[in-house]
Amino acid sequence: MIEIKGLHKSYQMGSNSLHVLKGIDFSVKEGELVSIMGSSGSGKSTLLNILGMLDEADQGTYDLDNVPIKNLNEKVAAQYRNKFLGFIFQSFNLINYKNALDNVSMPLYYQGMKRAERTDRAMHYLEKVGLAQWATHLPSELSGGQKQRVAIARALASDPKVLLADEPTGALDTKTSYEVMDLIQGINDEGKTILVVTHEPDIAEMTKRIVNLKDGRIIDDTVVNQVKAIAHV
Amino acid sequence: MFDVERWQEIFETIGKNKLRTFLTGLSVASGIFILVILLGFSTGIQKGVKTQFAQDAESRVNVWTGVTTKEYAGLNPGRRIQMHNSDLENVDTKFGEALEHQTGLYNIWGGQVNYGNESGNYRIEGANYGQQFIENAGLSAGRFLTQKDEDEGVKVAIIGQKVKNDLFKSEDAIGKTIKISGINFLVAGVFTDPGGEREESRIFIPLSTAQRVFNAGDNLRSMAFTVKMSDNFDEAVALSAAVSQGIEDEIKSRYQVAPDDRSAVRVRYNLEEAQKIYSLIDTIRMVFWFVGIGTIIAGVVGVSNIMLIIVKERTKEIGVRKALGALPSSIIAMILHESIFITAIAGFLGLFLGVGLLELIGPQIDSDFIKFPQVDFTTAISTVIILIVAGAIAGYIPARRAANIKPIEALRDE
Repeated sequence: MIEIKGLHKSYQMGSNSLHVLKGIDFSVKEGELVSIMGSSGSGKSTLLNILGMLDEADQGTYDLDNVPIKNLNEKVAAQYRNKFLGFIFQSFNLINYKNALDNVSMPLYYQGMKRAERTDRAMHYLEKVGLAQWATHLPSELSGGQKQRVAIARALASDPKVLLADEPTGALDTKTSYEVMDLIQGINDEGKTILVVTHEPDIAEMTKRIVNLKDGRIIDDTVVNQVKAIAHV
Repeated sequence: MFDVERWQEIFETIGKNKLRTFLTGLSVASGIFILVILLGFSTGIQKGVKTQFAQDAESRVNVWTGVTTKEYAGLNPGRRIQMHNSDLENVDTKFGEALEHQTGLYNIWGGQVNYGNESGNYRIEGANYGQQFIENAGLSAGRFLTQKDEDEGVKVAIIGQKVKNDLFKSEDAIGKTIKISGINFLVAGVFTDPGGEREESRIFIPLSTAQRVFNAGDNLRSMAFTVKMSDNFDEAVALSAAVSQGIEDEIKSRYQVAPDDRSAVRVRYNLEEAQKIYSLIDTIRMVFWFVGIGTIIAGVVGVSNIMLIIVKERTKEIGVRKALGALPSSIIAMILHESIFITAIAGFLGLFLGVGLLELIGPQIDSDFIKFPQVDFTTAISTVIILIVAGAIAGYIPARRAANIKPIEALRDE
């Protein structure tokens, strides 16, 4: 599903060049649930941004579902993001003046889907995350966990190939974190490929594979025995 | 354009910032309001001045004589120059080709006029039939003077509408007999004049009759002509100037008046004045547009400013939208749409207020130089086009900025 070879990325910080990714080789197969761990400054966010086509690598190749991702202009990048990827953010990033249903149907709007069909599908995903009765509520009326679940529904709405989650539990308490992880595991069990960036070991333990980043290199890549989140809820 | 979602978003953002949107809209609305009022008044001035000119034919040339003020050819100053019928004939021979209508005039300023028990003082003008065209007069009843009246010296009078209203009230005036300075005249016609009541409180009688009943011999008080108009305004002005100068020189040499004596023989032609005033009106109109556009620009800068702030505030949201697959073009369209919507609504409000005010007070303004200010359809349409363009300009820079927002930077958690 994801094939990365020899990925390099540096940032220009004034006169110094900061080499953030120093040759990453990495692949993810369909249906995997991978966590990317590392301390701050390890390059895990940069890697996720490149995977999410929000940023481009200086060197190396990136293939997503056998489509080479390179030299994207803004328009193509936007179309690819819409088609291939679903984003889950630490701070949810819901649009605060739109209700849960409208937030979920946003990616479908950008696909050019008709309103009736959009609403139908968005409602289906809200049901999936267990928030159907909250459909007409604004984000400000929802709890943190509920907001993240709306965000997950939104990420799923366009039926992407891969879900990218950047610290999905970073802003949640432990109990809610496990509930969200339970949901993510459930989605993975249905066959969706998911990448989770986290620095919390207990969250990483709930994925099927842990990739450890340090100073721009992968130092460790192990398949682990998945801990089911449901056990802790 | 008819995207429900887009409209919903616009109303939501406006709803969140009511005061700010209102203040911005106010600057655009007042801009359009001021522009409309200014343009209305420039139309009013134009109409007022046009009416002033319409009281007489535009190409009219007037010739008066007075008292000499300069010594010339051994003659002392202080001589009264008196024109005669022969002067008119002379002008006709020399300049007839360039002239359209002509008349000699002999007038009495305050002639006592009676009809039955009604009486009044009016200006009595002895004139030829050409006077109708020179005065730009219309007829509301009967006929104007004819060559036959002139040749036979008959006692007929063509009275102004005001005179008719004063003396005859609602009665029919044609065929009735009035007394002018005690002499019976038959009313043959009633004339109207675009110059209004002042011009309509006059009575025209044949020149030969006037000279006879007022014992004037063949004396003329003044002469009036119209010069042939050509399609080119500047050419017409030049012809008027040449003819006027020619007539002036001719009369001065006939009566041995110093060429630079401005008081003894005066020739004035309307076209020169008209040209001056028309170019003045054009200038005023331009200045008004300039001021109005300036005000609108101030409003547009305000809208642009607000839109920049809105884009800044919505940076994160725009980043999210882009991450979800929003095309740069859809972001630009979103911001432009909002900006055009705010300018259009505010602008139309200003337009309607301006037009409304003009409609309300316009008909009551009727002074010599401003008459019924109003905006015509074309002007209204131009302001609408200006509005849409202004909205687009106001939104463009903020929209570009929004489109250039990098989702990666917008989404970075602080």
